[in-house]
Amino acid sequence: MLQLSKEDLVKAYTQMRTIRDFEERVHDEFAGGGIPGFVHLYAGEEASAVGVCMNLNDKDNIASTHRGHGHCIAKGCDVKGMMQEIYGRSGGLCGGKGGSMHIADLSKGMMGANGIVGGGPPLICGAALTAKTLGTGAVAVAFVGDGGSNQGTTLESYNLANVWNLPVIFVVEDNGYAESTASAWSVGGGSQVKRAEAFGMEGFEVDGHDFFAVYEAARDVIAKARDGGGPSLLHVRLNRYFGHFEGDAMTYRGNGEVDGLRQKRDSLDIFRQRVAETGLLEVSEMDEIDRSVATLVDEAVSESVAAPPPTREDLTTDVYVSY
Amino acid sequence: MPKKSFRQAINEALAMEMRRDPTVILMGEDVAGGMGAAGEDDAWGGPLGVTKGLMPEFGRDRILDTPISESAFIGAAAGAAATGLRPVAELMFVDFLGVCLDQIYNQAGKFRYMFGGKAVTPLVIRTMYGAGFRAASQHSQCLYPVFTHMPGLKVVIPSSAYEAKGLLIQAIRDDDPVIFFEHKVMYDDEEEVPDEAYTIPFGEANLTREGDDVTIVAIGRMVQFANQVADKLEGAGIGCTVVDPRTTSPLDEETIIECVEETGRLVIVDEASPRCNVATDISALVSERAFSALKAPIRMVTPPHTPVPFAAELEDLYIPSPERIEEAVRSVMGAQA
Amino acid sequence: MSEAAIQAITMPKWGLAMEEGKVSAWMAEEGAAIAGGEEILEIETTKITNVFESPVAGVLRRRVVVEGETVPVGALIGVAAGAEIPDADIEAFITDFQANFVVEASDAAAAPEAETITVAGRQLSHLRMGPEDGPPVVLVHGFGGDLNGWLFNQPVLAEDHSVYALDLPGHGRAEKNVAGLDVAGLAALLADYMEAVGIGAAHLVGHSLGGAVTLKLAIDQPARVSRLTLLSPAGLGEELNVAYVKGFAGAEGRKEIKSLLQQLFADPQLVSRDMINEVQKYKRLDGVTAALNALADAVFPGGRQGLVMRDQLATLAMPVQAIWGRDDAIVPPAHGEGLPDNVTLHWLERTGHMPHMEAAGDVNRLIAG
Repeated sequence: MLQLSKEDLVKAYTQMRTIRDFEERVHDEFAGGGIPGFVHLYAGEEASAVGVCMNLNDKDNIASTHRGHGHCIAKGCDVKGMMQEIYGRSGGLCGGKGGSMHIADLSKGMMGANGIVGGGPPLICGAALTAKTLGTGAVAVAFVGDGGSNQGTTLESYNLANVWNLPVIFVVEDNGYAESTASAWSVGGGSQVKRAEAFGMEGFEVDGHDFFAVYEAARDVIAKARDGGGPSLLHVRLNRYFGHFEGDAMTYRGNGEVDGLRQKRDSLDIFRQRVAETGLLEVSEMDEIDRSVATLVDEAVSESVAAPPPTREDLTTDVYVSY
Repeated sequence: MPKKSFRQAINEALAMEMRRDPTVILMGEDVAGGMGAAGEDDAWGGPLGVTKGLMPEFGRDRILDTPISESAFIGAAAGAAATGLRPVAELMFVDFLGVCLDQIYNQAGKFRYMFGGKAVTPLVIRTMYGAGFRAASQHSQCLYPVFTHMPGLKVVIPSSAYEAKGLLIQAIRDDDPVIFFEHKVMYDDEEEVPDEAYTIPFGEANLTREGDDVTIVAIGRMVQFANQVADKLEGAGIGCTVVDPRTTSPLDEETIIECVEETGRLVIVDEASPRCNVATDISALVSERAFSALKAPIRMVTPPHTPVPFAAELEDLYIPSPERIEEAVRSVMGAQA
Repeated sequence: MSEAAIQAITMPKWGLAMEEGKVSAWMAEEGAAIAGGEEILEIETTKITNVFESPVAGVLRRRVVVEGETVPVGALIGVAAGAEIPDADIEAFITDFQANFVVEASDAAAAPEAETITVAGRQLSHLRMGPEDGPPVVLVHGFGGDLNGWLFNQPVLAEDHSVYALDLPGHGRAEKNVAGLDVAGLAALLADYMEAVGIGAAHLVGHSLGGAVTLKLAIDQPARVSRLTLLSPAGLGEELNVAYVKGFAGAEGRKEIKSLLQQLFADPQLVSRDMINEVQKYKRLDGVTAALNALADAVFPGGRQGLVMRDQLATLAMPVQAIWGRDDAIVPPAHGEGLPDNVTLHWLERTGHMPHMEAAGDVNRLIAG
């Protein structure tokens, strides 16, 4: 915490608030019928994406999950372009061809949200191989959920990253549920850290509600990877506020579970309290950030609603570079 | 011009492109071989020696042996391609696609479209296919129709050594994901292959024979059989045009249609299983676009709808033979074999 | 050889790559009297369908090979003999020939093969055939050609000449870097080549652009040139078919290449599948398109011939002949009109831009004569 400049803290708080507002707003707009398809919201998990990505630059790549909006924002994707993409507009980051589950911006090192659980880790091994082969000094981060942690692709990637000594960090975001199935039941052995150790990696369990805990843990394993020290794993325990997808009634969750989490373990509240206590940021400064983020998200929605959809010509373009 | 084998032609294409472009890397199971073992380095050069000699020239940093872990390394190749390398990944036998297909078709093949045209994924997956090696059901299939079906992928099936070198260099220089099929029975086939680098464009069919009576479209190794039949029947007064599409995606529809319009008869030879294969696809194409040119029903020469058998007697029956192709050509000519 | 004896007519070997040939048409009937040099059949080759001139005289007693049949080089294709020889003797001759015929092994070691040679820092390719002490002849191809284009000429001339053919930069197996080369540069390179292979002076035969190159060398270094034969040469006027040049440089597809090659011949039907394939294979090599475009820009700037040497022809002291197809669609035959008296001009009827292929027999006689 002490190593973060005021500028860094403003950036971290702004990103976390942006994710929260963005997801709350998508939740509302989806309920109102304005957004098509499947959306999976990241609200409640902000500290993980931002805590990790604050240690990265545009040359570093991340691969995300189906719950990717938070990772996109934390990696610097344009918020209005994201919203337009979720609305399926031609001005979206992917021209309306990808949607919520496939938002990507390779120029920012964001290799895509991914509709396939466990789809990202092999790709991130490749991004790390590029960095290693070309000597760019970059690292690559694979975000997976507790569900994705059980996919063969993920476990194979642990092995490959170790065998090739790749600059990879696996971040297992364990929000307690793979769809409606509890990770307490579905993750054999229970510990992601032990899995990491079995593949020859260091692994650390991290409180995913605490931005500073995530930031510091990520800082250390990323520095190690940059120095050629090979892959590591973070097991980030956190919670999501909304369902697996929008429309999920969350009947599998306990009574009052989410309300309790919002009151006691909210990552934004914890952040505000910590920085206010230490005097690093004034409450009024954070309130001002809240207002500007709210304006940004308002604009993003209103512009998306008014934006034109893709045209007939767009249907068949962008399949190949040449064909 | 020097004669080279199909194997040499592929090896040479890889070596030349690796010399030309430092971002070209090779990865796969035992592409060098002997990794971490006490004995010889470059022990294998691939199971059939196709990549032998590359590791000593380019080193372990560019010739990467992998664990037997296709999901991880095929996906890594896709990720590397999307971030600035030109990886050539070897999927040892195409039959193994079942353990890595997601990374090929859901990831590499869709990046460009899903990301609104912003991704470039210059990935090549080389893979062995085909029956005739007594390799049984899980090492003998012709699964190119599966990939042909998938938008975002290009599918290349060379029919000879000359074709293999030019098409592989094109594949490596191509900016889209390419699946490059190598028939394992053809590795020792020789023909004249230039020492220089050259490229053969995708989507341009090759007419290996020209005749007036019957068009034979054949895929991969079947082009050789079709040529044999065309040469034999020329003496019997039946002129055959043999069309080698070279790539099934993109497919040179125009050349196929033009040939059928000229000959009025079509035989398609495809070593892939008969349902939803390239033969049915081309048959549908011709039925839709050149129906009125047809003087006889289209004949498809394919294996039966079974797994590839092991016993030599059964496998020989399974593979489309020159005799079956000749029978089909004679039948569309209205004569009994 | 007496007309009375029984004589074999066998499949010729035209070009290094030829292992077999297809008889596409007979031009003489069984029982007809044929003269030596008479055109008796057509054979498909790797370039064009070429007429075969009878190497023997007599009565054509048997057509052993039927039209459409493909046989190896050296195989018996016909039998000539005096009319008085009994049929039984003819049959016995054929039986004996076939029993003893062995297909010539396509052993690369035995056949002469083109070799690379570095001249003035540039890698060229060349092929020498014939007796080493024979009078030297150097064959220089045109734009887009190569040494294989002399397949009907080099083996014939090599019977009593030491015949060199080379690939110019950008062509055949020569390097594809043509930077800094124009007609004068190519002429200087040709002189360096002659020096490198130890030829003092030679009979230079240049086709098209190669004609301009050999003419330039004859003007600049006449001591290098004992005799000059110009085939449909460039260098004698500003005009040329620039659409062909640009088209050839840019062509990729088979159809495009075919229609371009057909412009080279009076009879477009002569262009064989193999010739199209060979050109397409050449065009696919790395660097070829860039080389052809660069060379075209250098020698035909603005679509005109950049170097016209017409006025210097009369100053040449060595024997000079020009051979032109009346139907040349690339370099205008009009450039052959009104040449100075020291140049002997031969017009070839029903012949296009490639007289050395389309009228190989005539051209060979004129070169050797």
